[in-house]
Amino acid sequence: MSGLAPAGDTLRAAALAAAATVPDPEIPSLSIADLGVLRDARLAEDGAVEVDITPTYSGCPAMAMIAFEVEAALLRAGLPRPRVRTVLAPAWTTDWMTGEAREKLRQAGIAPPPPGAGRAALLGLAPDPACPRCASADTERLSEFGTTACKSLWRCRACREPFDHFKCI
Amino acid sequence: MTTITLAEPPRVLHALRLADTTLVLGHRLSEWTGQAPMLEEELALANMGLDLIGQARALYTHAAALDGQGRTEDDLAYFRDAPQYRNLLLAEQPNGDFAQTMLRQFLYAAFALPFWNAMAASADAVLAAIAAKAEKEMAYHQRHSAAWVVRLGDGTAESHARLRAALDALWPFTGEMFEVDEAERGLIAQGIAIDPAALRPAWEASIARVFAEATLPLPAAGRWMQSGGHHGRHGEHLGHLLAVMQSLPRAYPDARW
Ligand SMILES: [Zn+2]
Repeated sequence: MSGLAPAGDTLRAAALAAAATVPDPEIPSLSIADLGVLRDARLAEDGAVEVDITPTYSGCPAMAMIAFEVEAALLRAGLPRPRVRTVLAPAWTTDWMTGEAREKLRQAGIAPPPPGAGRAALLGLAPDPACPRCASADTERLSEFGTTACKSLWRCRACREPFDHFKCI
Repeated sequence: MTTITLAEPPRVLHALRLADTTLVLGHRLSEWTGQAPMLEEELALANMGLDLIGQARALYTHAAALDGQGRTEDDLAYFRDAPQYRNLLLAEQPNGDFAQTMLRQFLYAAFALPFWNAMAASADAVLAAIAAKAEKEMAYHQRHSAAWVVRLGDGTAESHARLRAALDALWPFTGEMFEVDEAERGLIAQGIAIDPAALRPAWEASIARVFAEATLPLPAAGRWMQSGGHHGRHGEHLGHLLAVMQSLPRAYPDARW
């Protein structure tokens, strides 16, 4: 971002702060900043304030809603001419999720992805998630796919409750 | 708007082939909505369809940019007729029963996983970015569909017989995945496309491993294969699929989400 006028830096910070308040439509206890979906902001050459967001999964149906909410948040913060760009590279991974986000997920009844699982999870080698309700490690997978594209479906053998697990990618 | 036909220089054609295959297969999976044999599979089929349609959207947007005529992803998906579609014939095969849908998904995912892994190194930065996401998604599709192939193949006499019938129906459509034509040979030389023939050993190894566990016979090598989807020669099924998928935007071209 070198070469930006100080006014650009201020606008960028204000845009990021405003966009960071937008909750994820499917997991409202998390913001798009917590999730790592909010990537960057800048003052574009045409004077628009541009915010970059990145999808968790290619088909994430929440992206249109998030883009709309980001524009609204910028307008509410007094930033005229907001524009949202969807960027694909570098590809989002669960490691972009903050530690705070993982804890919020657990409190919402969703087993968070372990940090740094990366390609092990892709090969099916990640450890089984602990139950977000009773913390038992005795859990079993019911399906690779849960209630949204980013989750798989599990069951706790200790407390018998089913739960969602935020998949590692 | 009426039907459109694109000029198809190699890069546009290549992007269209990938976009059409992911859209048509994603649409097929969406046809299960409300009809899956159990809730977990309802969710799984919808999620896999969503992944594929998401990949298709990014690929169509890229194809439209390469085409440079100001068209959108929707124009390419909704206003081309079957002979303009460049998808693999495997993708358009009917869902059949649950066994046929899962076997089709496995045959494709076992190819798409190493395919996108290799494409993540494409000299085309947009295709590389799409590939990096798609690879991870296809890893889940492969695991899920392989688990069902094993469960059905090594299940009851009825589930085994249904999977055998699905294999007979689908196998002739697998050879097309490894075909290369002149248009793509040039892109392979430029590092934009990858040579799918190089993926065949990995695909065959996946198939052999899962079929063995599923007690499914491996079809003999060298059997005659169907071909033509990449060049717009389709069976009767694609026209019916497009008639359903395209009916709303063609009836109401100004409709917006
Ligand atoms: Zn529990």
